Amino acid sequence: MKIGVVTFPGSLDDVDAARAVGLGGQEAVALWHGDHDLKGVDAVVLPGGFSYGDYLRCGAISRFSPVMTEVIEAARKGMPVLGICNGFQILCESHLLPGALIRNDHRRFICRDQRLRIENDRTAWTSAYTAGQEITLVLKNGEGGYVADEPTLDRLEGEGQVVARYLDLNPNGSARDIAGVSNERGNVVGLMPHPEHSVEELTGSGTDGLGFFTSLVESAFA
Amino acid sequence: MARVVVDVMPKPEILDPQGKAVLGALPRLGFSGVTDVRQGKRFELEIAGEITAEVLAEVEKMAETLLSNPVIENFAVHVEDDVTPGAGAQA
Repeated sequence: MKIGVVTFPGSLDDVDAARAVGLGGQEAVALWHGDHDLKGVDAVVLPGGFSYGDYLRCGAISRFSPVMTEVIEAARKGMPVLGICNGFQILCESHLLPGALIRNDHRRFICRDQRLRIENDRTAWTSAYTAGQEITLVLKNGEGGYVADEPTLDRLEGEGQVVARYLDLNPNGSARDIAGVSNERGNVVGLMPHPEHSVEELTGSGTDGLGFFTSLVESAFA
Repeated sequence: MARVVVDVMPKPEILDPQGKAVLGALPRLGFSGVTDVRQGKRFELEIAGEITAEVLAEVEKMAETLLSNPVIENFAVHVEDDVTPGAGAQA
């Protein structure tokens, strides 16, 4: 499987994401924000960072980049798309995912090993996990507070679109401890913590993140 | 040349951590009596030609599409009358 990893000006974690894709046993394909071309990939990862300097709002400018026009169209047709951190913000700004991400309620950047519970193991990106499984991923964000209006939050919970939830503490003031959500179809997932940093014993906090990069293969052969 | 201003504010029900930080700083500087602060953004758009209903509708569209995120923010559009250089400081 070929998984595209988009680099925007200001992306930080594109190389780590590409490496995680490789460790997950798949081929990473570099995509550039200015290209109107997905190079025939089967899925796309939008990595973390500060694309376009976070100007205006996080993800607001990136959402209108040429490559995102292609990503949005492909996602609407069912292509799996995973947005991590800044990628999650871009997916919300694109309206591929409901809600928005605002500045952490405590106003400080936070960086920690974060325990999470996988709530939905039926999305394209979480099928390697089991619902209820508790994992630890690297978390690092300044604007990671997930917000949506109450009816939307109720709908997300009711439809199983909450993909992961923070355990132990809520690191950024996210509504209902939400760490990640999916669209209705389950092909588009946004996640604030960084699974691509938790894929090797040598660095980071264990290998709990690897499942996000092996799930596509598992669901393809399921 | 005319100026159209778009004010963007976080919705009342959305937490505004930046406004809270400013609110917390004011009493430390000896300013009292402020009970709440909300921080938003102001965009000044210089428009070529006359401001017609069509132009304002177009600005509304810009505000909705790019300048604000309707999920978390409200916006208001108004035309600024005096746009002679330096007038802003006295306004």
